[in-house]
Amino acid sequence: MKRQLQHQHQLAPGDADEFAAALRDAAQAGKTVRFVGGGTKVLWGGQRDADAEADAVEISTLGLNEIREHNVGDLTAVLDAGVRLADAQAAFGAEGQMLALDPPDDGATIGGMIATADSGPLRHRYGSVRDLVVGMTVALSDGTIAKSGGKVIKNVAGYDLAKLFAGAYGTLGAILQVAVRLHPLAPATVTAVGRGEDPRAVAAAASALSHARLELECLDIRWEDGTGAVLARSGGAAAAEAAEHVSELLAAEGLEASVEDEDGALWDAQRDAQRSEDGIVVRVSGLQDQTALLLEQARELDARVVGRAAFGLSWVTVTEPGYAERVREALSPSPCAVLDGRGDLDAWGPRDPGALALAERVRERFDPAGVCAPGLI
Amino acid sequence: MALPATAEQVQACVKACYEHGAPWVARGSGSGLSGGAMPVEDGVVIAVSRMRRILDIDLPNQRVVVEPGVTNIAVSEAVGPGHFYPPDPSSQIVCSIGGNVAENSGGAHCFKYGFTTNYVTGLEVVLPDGQMVSLGGKGVDTPGLDLVGAFVGSEGTLGVATKITLRVVPSPEAVRTLVAFFDSTYEAGEVVSAMVSEGIVPGAIEMMDNLSIRAAEGATNAGYPQDAGAALVIELDGSEHECEARFDAVVSMCEDGGSWQVRVAQDEEERALIWKTRKAAFAAMGRIAPNYYVQDSVIPRTRMAAVLRRIEELGEEYDLQVANVFHAGDGNLHPLVCYDGSVEGEPERAEELAGMIVKACVDEGGSITGEHGVGVDKKRYMPSMFGEDDLATFQRLRCAFDPDGLANPGKVMPTPRLCGEVPGPYRKHPLEEAGIAERM
Repeated sequence: MKRQLQHQHQLAPGDADEFAAALRDAAQAGKTVRFVGGGTKVLWGGQRDADAEADAVEISTLGLNEIREHNVGDLTAVLDAGVRLADAQAAFGAEGQMLALDPPDDGATIGGMIATADSGPLRHRYGSVRDLVVGMTVALSDGTIAKSGGKVIKNVAGYDLAKLFAGAYGTLGAILQVAVRLHPLAPATVTAVGRGEDPRAVAAAASALSHARLELECLDIRWEDGTGAVLARSGGAAAAEAAEHVSELLAAEGLEASVEDEDGALWDAQRDAQRSEDGIVVRVSGLQDQTALLLEQARELDARVVGRAAFGLSWVTVTEPGYAERVREALSPSPCAVLDGRGDLDAWGPRDPGALALAERVRERFDPAGVCAPGLI
Repeated sequence: MALPATAEQVQACVKACYEHGAPWVARGSGSGLSGGAMPVEDGVVIAVSRMRRILDIDLPNQRVVVEPGVTNIAVSEAVGPGHFYPPDPSSQIVCSIGGNVAENSGGAHCFKYGFTTNYVTGLEVVLPDGQMVSLGGKGVDTPGLDLVGAFVGSEGTLGVATKITLRVVPSPEAVRTLVAFFDSTYEAGEVVSAMVSEGIVPGAIEMMDNLSIRAAEGATNAGYPQDAGAALVIELDGSEHECEARFDAVVSMCEDGGSWQVRVAQDEEERALIWKTRKAAFAAMGRIAPNYYVQDSVIPRTRMAAVLRRIEELGEEYDLQVANVFHAGDGNLHPLVCYDGSVEGEPERAEELAGMIVKACVDEGGSITGEHGVGVDKKRYMPSMFGEDDLATFQRLRCAFDPDGLANPGKVMPTPRLCGEVPGPYRKHPLEEAGIAERM
């Protein structure tokens, strides 16, 4: 079920110029603005003031929905922000390519995924939005349309504004268009799974694999209903042999190991567990050596965990706000974000005051009047 | 010139500059190729070369924390042989991590592994007002704006990094390297395209043209055929299984694509020689001409043949030799325009030719610089990629970090710019209020 915010004024400009004009007009009318794509993450980010929210102008990117270029030979593409991720993947997939970003997808757009820096299991090998966006066109609240980067995969000319806007939740301005790096689809994938009920053993096995000389497509952990798992996906010309080898490593770590040739559903489940219908999802920007602690917490709180083992990045679903606070305390000082506005919790938790002040200076320069998505980060 | 030994001393230097309104330039090893670390008039140089401590090797979390003067190679050495730090500029034995952060340095292996920016997770930075801030950390996806991402590649214009947290990764299990010789760069380029469209992502794909082969051969005596039109260095790395499965296919592709000699490195010594010959190409140009001017443009890989042809024509037109050494996987060209500085008019002609090459690359949808940075060298080309609104938007970031323009002024941006005060919220002009005028 999608939860929605109600905005009184809703606009859906049909091109970049109209979009920038709509933003400028709203700013000049003294309104604040929310940018919306697929509407799948509208409740993410900091707390909102209900009255301000009702009076805000919602500008949708769905009118900007063209795949402008798919340069098959160059493994790049240029896309409007309102293109739905699934549509983009279908187009790239037809040529045996992919945008190597696979967050849970229930209609999300490219722009929304980038603005929230959302990611999925493919991050293990290919990086996150900040690593795959090579160019960006944005609109600022004074109506300026500006681009940075380019459409080649290697480029250091000018400031890397795409990184600044990725994960900025629209607080600097709107993402209108992006150029991205693509990758070939792995011809075959096979997943080795190791299961166990001891959080320490699962964490140790995950660490062993992340430090091994393997080239995995994905390396995830999972904890649910008292059982943990390490999932390692191999791809490429020798995927089956690689997965067998990984499965031996998992068995050597004391886990119950198996190899799954049909592994699609396993990974869909990993992605899906980054969201919850009724629980509170806490995203932990932790460290690998906190994995055991995290899984022990999960066992104690009967929480569900999925995560990228080599990055210490995990999504913990708890049933009560108090449990979210306990996860935060246990993993402190690693940042733990509550993304979907549930449980009346501080979305971001304690942050470095120096970095926060500098970020505010940046925000002021891009959006001096505080028009764009105020309060979200 | 200041030579601080600690972050606190860097901070003291920057503070002193701030109090006196003096511009300053942070400098690592000074090996950059765009003049980014060149001193500025009446300014202070803050060289970080004494700050060479590796502060933390955290292998459980696959992170290394270093001071900015640590050399690139020292990071890999500190975590080897099990792990390595992938960005590998050719100057890696001397260039500093601080400089790499400023330039977002790449290297031969970045087509597969990515650039400096993909490996920096945290920074301690002294801002131009002398304030020290900590950005990011050892973790990823730290809440808030990605100021680490904005800082990396900012060419010393946003502040100076005093502590850098890097991600290191397990070393590949197997590495297989070959060099294949072709009659022309076009043929070699076709092989690169075929390989990439097959879904093969080599650790590195490097190309040298005839002139570069001859120059480099003179330096290393690797036994490369002097009549080859192109040498393609291909390195596959990864798991043993995957390397084996792919390597034979790559050899066949080279042969099918017209290579008349494929040399496969049989041991580490032979592999090292292939790389030494490739990395010697720049320095060896002295054997061809007394001076050279290096470019760093990027093109979409599929435009390679067209651009190389254009470069050839331009060379003839300007009556100058142009050697080509490049990262073929990501389309990053390094045309070396050879000239004799003692011949009147030749340096100017070389520079003009280099500018025409940059233009040819940008016209094909490319970039003026792939890894060397804009610095002073390429700032005049910035308007060929970016319009006035784009440049003004860059300036907003600059002004947030450095409102007084003290950090490395005169670099990157094509024309000097000042930062105004942050304007307040939009207010209607009285004429607008009265309905007499409206804003366009």
